[in-house]
Amino acid sequence: MDSNNDSFVVDGKLALPYQYFAGRTGSRFIIAIRDEKKIKGLECKKCNKVYVPPRATCEHCFCDIKDNWVDLDSTGTVTGFTVVRYEEPHHPVKAPFIQALVKLEGADTPFVHIVQGVPVDEMKTGLKVKAVFAEETTTTIMDISHFEPA
Amino acid sequence: MKKNRNVGIVGVGQSAFSSHREDVNQPELINEAVNEALEHAGITLNDVDCVVHGNMELFEMVHQPDMWHTLGTGAYGKETIRVTTGGTTGATLVCVADNLVASGMHDVVMAIGFEKLQEGNTTAGITNMSDPLWGRRLQTGALTGVFAQKAIDKYGEEKAKKAAMKYRIIMDKHAMKNPKAHRRLGLEFDEMDTLAENSPTLVGDLKMIHMCSQSDGACVVIFASEEKAKEICKQPAWIKDHITVHREEAYCAFGDAPHTTTHEYAAQKLFKRNGITSPVDELDVFEMYDPSCWWGIDWISEFMMISSDEAMKLIEDDEIMIGGKIPFNPSGGVIASNPIGATAMVRVAEAALQIMGDAGEHQVPGEVNQALASGFGGVMWTVLLLLTKEAPVWNE
Repeated sequence: MDSNNDSFVVDGKLALPYQYFAGRTGSRFIIAIRDEKKIKGLECKKCNKVYVPPRATCEHCFCDIKDNWVDLDSTGTVTGFTVVRYEEPHHPVKAPFIQALVKLEGADTPFVHIVQGVPVDEMKTGLKVKAVFAEETTTTIMDISHFEPA
Repeated sequence: MKKNRNVGIVGVGQSAFSSHREDVNQPELINEAVNEALEHAGITLNDVDCVVHGNMELFEMVHQPDMWHTLGTGAYGKETIRVTTGGTTGATLVCVADNLVASGMHDVVMAIGFEKLQEGNTTAGITNMSDPLWGRRLQTGALTGVFAQKAIDKYGEEKAKKAAMKYRIIMDKHAMKNPKAHRRLGLEFDEMDTLAENSPTLVGDLKMIHMCSQSDGACVVIFASEEKAKEICKQPAWIKDHITVHREEAYCAFGDAPHTTTHEYAAQKLFKRNGITSPVDELDVFEMYDPSCWWGIDWISEFMMISSDEAMKLIEDDEIMIGGKIPFNPSGGVIASNPIGATAMVRVAEAALQIMGDAGEHQVPGEVNQALASGFGGVMWTVLLLLTKEAPVWNE
């Protein structure tokens, strides 16, 4: 192989600041968690499904459901999980920790959050958990601090 | 040029265009346009076979937006294709949808162009178009003063500046008739001089007042095969022909020999194969992708195949206004609304509405038998589309 010493590699860096407009529907979900310590979902009465996190249209029949808010219990079931075992400055908590899909009572869709209070090697799908709300709010999904065994 | 089967536009939907849409997320914004288009076509999502989705890369700042947006597009369980060709994306979406229906592959295709410019990063999206070794450190984004200088060199300062502002105010007067338009400023012709004088300079003689906006918005167009289109729509807008032309990034790679611009080349070829010899007389409306009024006044002659003086006269005599000989952008054009991934599709959508007679307050008077729409993008890229009121007849 020839040496590549005579070929430039141009180093570049693009700054990528951005915004995301969450919209009224997504915002209301976070605000209810922050101010009322309540997890809300949106219900499609036609398909008999409750979506958490909320979506303005039903993903099955595509009708507008953005006003059909329902309050959900803050307990649910783990439908799947993984264990994060490496340290990274952007992680919300120290590794190792459990990231799980939690389907709340009364909801038809799970969403991702952290499960604490159960040893990593004892974690199982099907575990009953309940939400623990954060004491200090940040107006993010981390206003639910984590889930713990119910 | 021959099509396998005719394709008609049977439905058009547009969200309201504005600088900020914090009230909706991306799928929700798209959903507004999808619902309007379905309603306009009088069909439901069940009738749609395939969804073609596009926007300008990095301007939306989410990964795989076509999948991210499924809740708004209704593409769940349908065939979906994503297309992204920069500023021309919206026009390319139309070409792709047309090809999918003309080929016989699908009977009904829904094309979606979208942008939320306030969320993404336009400079990052556009800066990487230039060669990192010799271009990127010297190049700017979409703003250029070159076209203002070109017009000033050609017509003299006073005449050029007057024409640019006249064009700008005509576009605003059109936008005032279009409730969907983003910038509706209520400008008057007698404000021409003060407006230009008081507007901040962007580059050279390109001022803020001359330039297009950055808009949030979505546009949806529904295409159907001739058989289907006639079944569901009283007056479809037929896609007679389209052409895509681009050239290399470096304008002078082959020396400074005189060159045909992509607009000129596209117009000459498209008109020739459709038997159009005098576009100004034979076309009834033109929705032109005009990023600024300086580009607008420069491109009239290129697309209409007339001299610069004749183009100037069209502006001076109000012939490009609604009610004129060849109305340009009854919608208000790109200067009024520019949600980039949707912008070029809005040109086609608006041309179609004119043919269908559904443009509302900005409907041009008289029959619209032939309408032209253009898309433009970096670095030099033209998509030109010809729509007709009569279904095209193809001879062997």
